[in-house]
Amino acid sequence: MSDPMKKKESFFQSDGFQSLLASLICILLGLLIGFIVLLFINPSGAAGAIGAVIKNFLNYSRAALQLKNLGNTLVKTAPLLMCSLSVLFCYKVGLFNIGAAGQYVVGACISIYAALAWGLPWWLCLLLAILVGGIYGAIVGVLKAYCNVNEVISGIMLNWIGLYTTNMILTGVKESTSPYTLHLRDYAPQSVLPNMGLAGLFAGNEYVSIAIPLAIIIAVAIKVILDKTRFGYELKATGYNKNAAKYAGMAEQRNIIVTLAIGGALAACGGAFLYLTDYELWEVTTSAVPGMGFNGIAAAFLGGLNPVGTIFSSYFIQHITSGGAYVDKNLYSSQISDLISAIIIYLCGFVGFMKLTMKKLNASKAAQDIAANNANAEPAGQDASKEKPADGSESKTEEGGKA
Amino acid sequence: MLLLLQYTLIFSSVLTLVALGGCYSEHSGVINLGLEGIMVIGALGGALVMRFIPASTPGIFVVLLTLLGAVAFGVAYAALLAVACINYKADQTIVGTALNILGTALATVLVKAINMKLSGGDDVSSTVQYVSAKQNFVAYIGSFQFNWFMVIAIIALVVAYVVLYKTRFGLRMMACGEHPQAAASVGISVYKMRWSGVLISGVFGSIGGIAYILAGVSEWKFENGVAGFGFLALAVMIFGQWKPTKIALAALLFGLFRALSNVYIGIDFLANLNIPSTVYNMFPYIISLLVLALTSKNSKAPKAEGIPYDPGQR
Repeated sequence: MSDPMKKKESFFQSDGFQSLLASLICILLGLLIGFIVLLFINPSGAAGAIGAVIKNFLNYSRAALQLKNLGNTLVKTAPLLMCSLSVLFCYKVGLFNIGAAGQYVVGACISIYAALAWGLPWWLCLLLAILVGGIYGAIVGVLKAYCNVNEVISGIMLNWIGLYTTNMILTGVKESTSPYTLHLRDYAPQSVLPNMGLAGLFAGNEYVSIAIPLAIIIAVAIKVILDKTRFGYELKATGYNKNAAKYAGMAEQRNIIVTLAIGGALAACGGAFLYLTDYELWEVTTSAVPGMGFNGIAAAFLGGLNPVGTIFSSYFIQHITSGGAYVDKNLYSSQISDLISAIIIYLCGFVGFMKLTMKKLNASKAAQDIAANNANAEPAGQDASKEKPADGSESKTEEGGKA
Repeated sequence: MLLLLQYTLIFSSVLTLVALGGCYSEHSGVINLGLEGIMVIGALGGALVMRFIPASTPGIFVVLLTLLGAVAFGVAYAALLAVACINYKADQTIVGTALNILGTALATVLVKAINMKLSGGDDVSSTVQYVSAKQNFVAYIGSFQFNWFMVIAIIALVVAYVVLYKTRFGLRMMACGEHPQAAASVGISVYKMRWSGVLISGVFGSIGGIAYILAGVSEWKFENGVAGFGFLALAVMIFGQWKPTKIALAALLFGLFRALSNVYIGIDFLANLNIPSTVYNMFPYIISLLVLALTSKNSKAPKAEGIPYDPGQR
């Protein structure tokens, strides 16, 4: 074996590469199953429809329109990224924050209300949303830490409570003739997120705001907090084994509450990131919890539970979600993209199994390599072959090769 | 008042059915967070039967075929959970959540496709109507609308009690939820028992789903799923300490609060309070949060639930 080969192999065997490969398998299978469903509904248009979903803004032929619609997709990627960071952060601590959907709604509610009813500047609206979202998330944490309530069930209950409360509160700032809230641009221009010239990059798409770079910065910050700080280490330790963490003197209950408060703040910030751009208006008759938080779950797992990976997976999920709008409405419905992202979450359940299979494949391949080497080599190689079955990992392979 | 009783009973029946489904699954050791999705898919199966069955079909066949359609869809859907969580040791929370989201998305896509095809493109809604078929499920006693699902729920309750506590099958299944390795050591197939638990939860979850969309309305918009009802049922199950009899009592309490949001306008005392209707809509969720907060401390959950079975572990 030559040296470059070894380097290459260790890359392919790395955990990061395996996560990436597993995610790509999930995406491909998800698209394939989505395609089969489309075939089942109407065989003739299926290829065109799945193509339209994948192409999203590329469905337009003019470059300016493409840029503008890429901008629109990015406007919705920022809140999705925040929701998936919320899910990811809590999952690292062993908590499944399905309440992100409701925390997102609460963030939207507070930011819209603060903008329209109180006329606050955008940064104050954003801070208020983060604060209230944090408190809303902490409710789940307190229930979990002190009352042993499963965070998934309390999260779902709070999603619905949040939705109905939001509908009730925002009825106060809606247009008189429609169920939608007032346009921020007309009634509260001071509350619209500034775009700092970003609009110019996307063919004058005024909805492209600082939310997008902010979300990416926050993703990197989460990565640093989780990997490089004592605080993040403590939280992760609590997630791995809460009894061991407690034994080591970590405040397990406090950690649970703090984690969910941060999760709530992140998701609520996502709600503010979308509605403070004025790209969308809240409909006060909304009867189902918006899918943003649930798509956040898909993005978090698809990103291999890595904050940086989540940036790309969030974009991908939003890309196909926005792409759903371009399917031929006479044949299919736009929910086909929800279907694909749901299938992707389901397939993410199999990631553990996929990684295990890859490890086994690598191990058996390494064993074969050694066997092949030994067949050609001097008797000295036989010592290495004795070690081989005990551990087929990379380091042993190298030893075998050197011997 | 009669209306309140009627709605309380029908919603309690739904909650009992679905919570019992969750009960089987959890006693076998698998947390079924996908009940909400199973309800939606079950409801879809039943609704499609009702939508397409010829109007001349005798009532009893309509009822049976609808139930059959619901159960077939629901069990097939529950199998997705079983295969992932039991055979491939997937995280039960992720898969359950995926099934909930998938259920609503799949039902919406399919119903919209069917509506578009039948109407030639005019009808793009996700609503299924079943006005005439619904009549077969209800009978009137005076002005009280009696619903056959109330009977089905009571039968399911008795069956659950007998199966779980009085039969070899039920006791073995519960052993798999408490200590699967010990169960395996005396020759019980943990995989089979967990599969049975999940599939049975598919049966009851889907009957609950079709019962829910038949409660009070004669059309259903599948875009809305079942509005968190599957999770309310899980709350009922936890409040009922995973025991069938207590589950029934818990279901009555939750059913009452759910019914209030439907009928409070008809009750003078409540109507005079002038509370906005959204507050009544929130009631069941707030109550379940409070109840869970008060009762989860001494949880009697099956010990091995949520942990994938590993024969090598002790």
